[in-house]
Amino acid sequence: MPAGTGAAGKRLLQSILIPFAVLALWEGLSRAGVINPLILPSPSKVVIRWWAYLKPFQSYDPAQGPYLSWLVSGELLHDAAASLFRVFVGFFIGGGLGLGLGLLMGVSNTVYRLMNPLVQILRPIPPIAFIPLAILWFGLGNPPAFFLISLGAFFPILLNTIAGVRNVDSIYVRAARNLGAKGSVMFRRVILPAAAPHILTGVRVGYGVSFIVVIVAEMIAVNSGLGYRILEAREFFWPDKIIAGMITIGVIGLGIDTALNRLSNHLLRWHRSLESS
Amino acid sequence: MSAPQILAEAVNKVFRSPDGQEVVALRDIELAVEPGEFVCLLGPSGCGKSTLLNAIAGFSLPTSGRLVANGRAVVEPGPDRAMVFQEYALFPWMTVAKNVAFGLEIKGEPKETIDRKVGDLLQLLSLSEFANSFPKDLSGGMRQRVAIARVLALDSPILLMDEPFGALDALTRRNLQDEVLRIWTEFKKTILFVTHGIEESIYLADRVVVMTYRPGTVKTVVPITLRRPRDTASPEFNDIKRHLTDLVMEEQRRHEEDEIRKG
Ligand SMILES: Nc1ncnc2c1ncn2[C@@H]1O[C@H](COP(=O)(O)OP(=O)(O)OP(=O)(O)O)[C@@H](O)[C@H]1O
Ligand SMILES: [Mg+2]
Repeated sequence: MPAGTGAAGKRLLQSILIPFAVLALWEGLSRAGVINPLILPSPSKVVIRWWAYLKPFQSYDPAQGPYLSWLVSGELLHDAAASLFRVFVGFFIGGGLGLGLGLLMGVSNTVYRLMNPLVQILRPIPPIAFIPLAILWFGLGNPPAFFLISLGAFFPILLNTIAGVRNVDSIYVRAARNLGAKGSVMFRRVILPAAAPHILTGVRVGYGVSFIVVIVAEMIAVNSGLGYRILEAREFFWPDKIIAGMITIGVIGLGIDTALNRLSNHLLRWHRSLESS
Repeated sequence: MSAPQILAEAVNKVFRSPDGQEVVALRDIELAVEPGEFVCLLGPSGCGKSTLLNAIAGFSLPTSGRLVANGRAVVEPGPDRAMVFQEYALFPWMTVAKNVAFGLEIKGEPKETIDRKVGDLLQLLSLSEFANSFPKDLSGGMRQRVAIARVLALDSPILLMDEPFGALDALTRRNLQDEVLRIWTEFKKTILFVTHGIEESIYLADRVVVMTYRPGTVKTVVPITLRRPRDTASPEFNDIKRHLTDLVMEEQRRHEEDEIRKG
């Protein structure tokens, strides 16, 4: 429909208008010398710096190794890989433990009563507040980062899993019992899928917290990764690199969040509330 | 003489509410449903119809008395007393075919058998083209068809149905009533069907069990001997309807007085 295309074009225009105007204004003010470039470099400077950050250090030399490994030899990709590696390790440790304990606490009232007080005491402490202890216990490097990131993923996934399991509509359990389901079949085929919407919410929130924590942990406990790099750039007075690093963090965060969203929508394609989306 | 398919003897069920008050939901229920019989439980809201059905299904056992189904005392839920719920209770995360297959998978039947039986049942209930749909994409009537297919897969001699068509529009309801009668005849099931629809009970049942309101007891049993298919507009049908309406309204009035007293 031509009218539909026109409306879509208008919407696209509306959505890029303000960001574009801000960038143009920012660039204009920088070039006119109104903004001190040591405080806020112009967008074009940031883009140039970002490119320098991304591209390989040396020019391609076949004697040094294959083309592909040269292509990814830039600093940015190394930093991103280091940060992502930490997020994934921490997320899987913390998320796995949160899921496991959450399922136990959801299914068993005894486990719930035993564990819940401890959970309630520890839950409000932000993972960042564990930094001093993490360094005391694990020193510097990856171990404290893994610990802090795990902690960030652990609680959202734990709490959502508990809520998901405990709120399974009893009509499903009754119908399944009527069909003869018991024990592990009941758990795998009824409780778990019924709790899945909550659990996946926990996964997304937990990932979000992990991603925050990895940047903070890298600023304090490690010498690599995107968080470390932007702090390092400040020490050298490179605001363009700080912003280039921030943009990289944003793009990666958005990418993973979009992927998780897609995955969750696919897994929950049966779910009623997704009908409209 | 064959033993009844479902037997309730001196069944009582007392609920205790959180504030310590006792509600006698069922008192001294005596009921025998013969194999192949279609019995409707009729009564106003709160008279204990669901309580009795849930007791027979094994979800919530009686406080005292004896319940026997298929020759065995009822102690827990099981696929020999298949239940159709008013809320459909389909598993929304399973496709239509998976919902129907679930009971067979639990029984551990081989995959080819399951596929064949599921295919046949979907055909029987005109659901074949929805095999891979999720319940959320079906209308209420279609969902209840899936729920019926799902319990038929269990091959249970007994079907317990708790106001299965209560949420459906009149035309869909008639359609499904005919479907249930067809299945009942074809598979020789014993059906215990809860309703507060007077016409529905006369249209379906061999016998209508009218219950009293608080305590829930059996008030009267009305045999319906009209030939099927029954004509809801016939004088005989309406004679019975008038008689049953009088009986149910007495209980309905007590129900309303009770509601007013509670405020
Ligand atoms: N779990 C329970 N705890 C306390 N009281 C209950 C419980 N379940 C049912 N009752 C009470 O027992 C009585 C019978 O309830 P029941 O659900 O069997 O009625 P019903 O005939 O199925 O009504 P409806 O037509 O509304 O479904 C009601 O007065 C109800 O309040
Ligand atoms: Mg009821």
